[in-house]
Amino acid sequence: MHDELKQAIITYAVRLGDDALVLGHRISEWVSHGPFLEEDIAQGNVALDFIGRSRMYYTYAADLTGNDKTEDDFAFLRSEREFQNHLINELPRGDFAYSTARQLMLDVYHNHYLSALMNSKDETLAAIAAKGVKETRYHLRRSTDWVLRLGDGTEESHQRLQAAVDDIWGYTNELFEHDLLEQNLIKAEIAVDASLFKDQWLAEVSEILTAATLKVPTTEWAVRGGREGYHTENLGHLLTELQHVHRCYPNSQW
Amino acid sequence: MERIPAMRQEQYERELFRRNSLCLDLWSILDEVKDPEIPVLSLWDMGVLRDVQREDDRITVTITPTYSGCPAMDVMREDIEIALRENGIANYSVETQLSPAWTTDWMTDKGREQLRDYGIAAPNDALEQSGRETPENGVRCPRCGSVDTHRVSEFASTACKALFQCDDCFEPFDYFKKL
Repeated sequence: MHDELKQAIITYAVRLGDDALVLGHRISEWVSHGPFLEEDIAQGNVALDFIGRSRMYYTYAADLTGNDKTEDDFAFLRSEREFQNHLINELPRGDFAYSTARQLMLDVYHNHYLSALMNSKDETLAAIAAKGVKETRYHLRRSTDWVLRLGDGTEESHQRLQAAVDDIWGYTNELFEHDLLEQNLIKAEIAVDASLFKDQWLAEVSEILTAATLKVPTTEWAVRGGREGYHTENLGHLLTELQHVHRCYPNSQW
Repeated sequence: MERIPAMRQEQYERELFRRNSLCLDLWSILDEVKDPEIPVLSLWDMGVLRDVQREDDRITVTITPTYSGCPAMDVMREDIEIALRENGIANYSVETQLSPAWTTDWMTDKGREQLRDYGIAAPNDALEQSGRETPENGVRCPRCGSVDTHRVSEFASTACKALFQCDDCFEPFDYFKKL
């Protein structure tokens, strides 16, 4: 593999790892705050799936990098500007409706994304995707159930979920855009071209929202910058908590 | 439960692979390594243990993760290393292989029986066997055998299980999800 391509794959794997780690951390914030015990446990399980996924992506990036790099270097020793996750993942957990709305949009997205990544010419990325897509189907069923339950629930749950959907909507555009690095990897049939399934994503999310008596936002606004390292205020706070112990006790093993 | 004597295809292939191995002694050593979360089930019966190779003095054990974030994987790896060392093997490595992804189809019949004895319904104990989704009801209760049961939650004590309750004996139980 020549150097330029290898470097691009490392960056791509780290980006996918960032998406998974940041979202996994956000979901884990629900542990011990869930509405009831079973849901609390479910949040913990889903969070673990994403954190586990990030470990696989980071480990692959570390293996390609060499020089004794490990997954921990990527997770714990990079600053906010070095993270390249999509912004939707770092938005705060908000109330339960907010987390639910985000999860639905992302679960539908991951279902398509990972199915496509399974066909990547990069065998390791394809293998990680094959593992993840099975878990994502479970996640999607759960988030769909919750959207139906809250949207078509009480007046308050309906209002809160609608407000959440409206708030998050503009952060979904970024999911379907690719910079030059990703475009090159798409040409090499390594990365996923998410623009190909944007219409399908919209149709599926709309169907679930409509069934839940919610309105699909029609407003045109978009926030972007995650893949370039320009973040919302939220990521810095998240990383402070996530990296605190590792940075206080460098190189400790447990 | 109704039993069909023929061995499932997936299990047949795994058994065959193991029998044709050149290091049967090592497979037997590793049979002693159990799943830390379900200590009756060996890594082989679980379907996590994929391959054992001996090249000169070097032993390579290959395992596959069940769920991406399964916290038991690190413990499994350590337990394999301990088992090898206790048997005088010092030169080894434990590799992780992701593809093809682990599936509950690799779980042996013996493993499924051990799960039930331990109080966990096995992946094939759902009445409705179509698809990979966890049904809302009809998973056979490992305690009383009733199929009059209902799902409480799709996620239970670990990522690989769903929580059910029996409407006959009223006991809650875990169901090992089909994946």
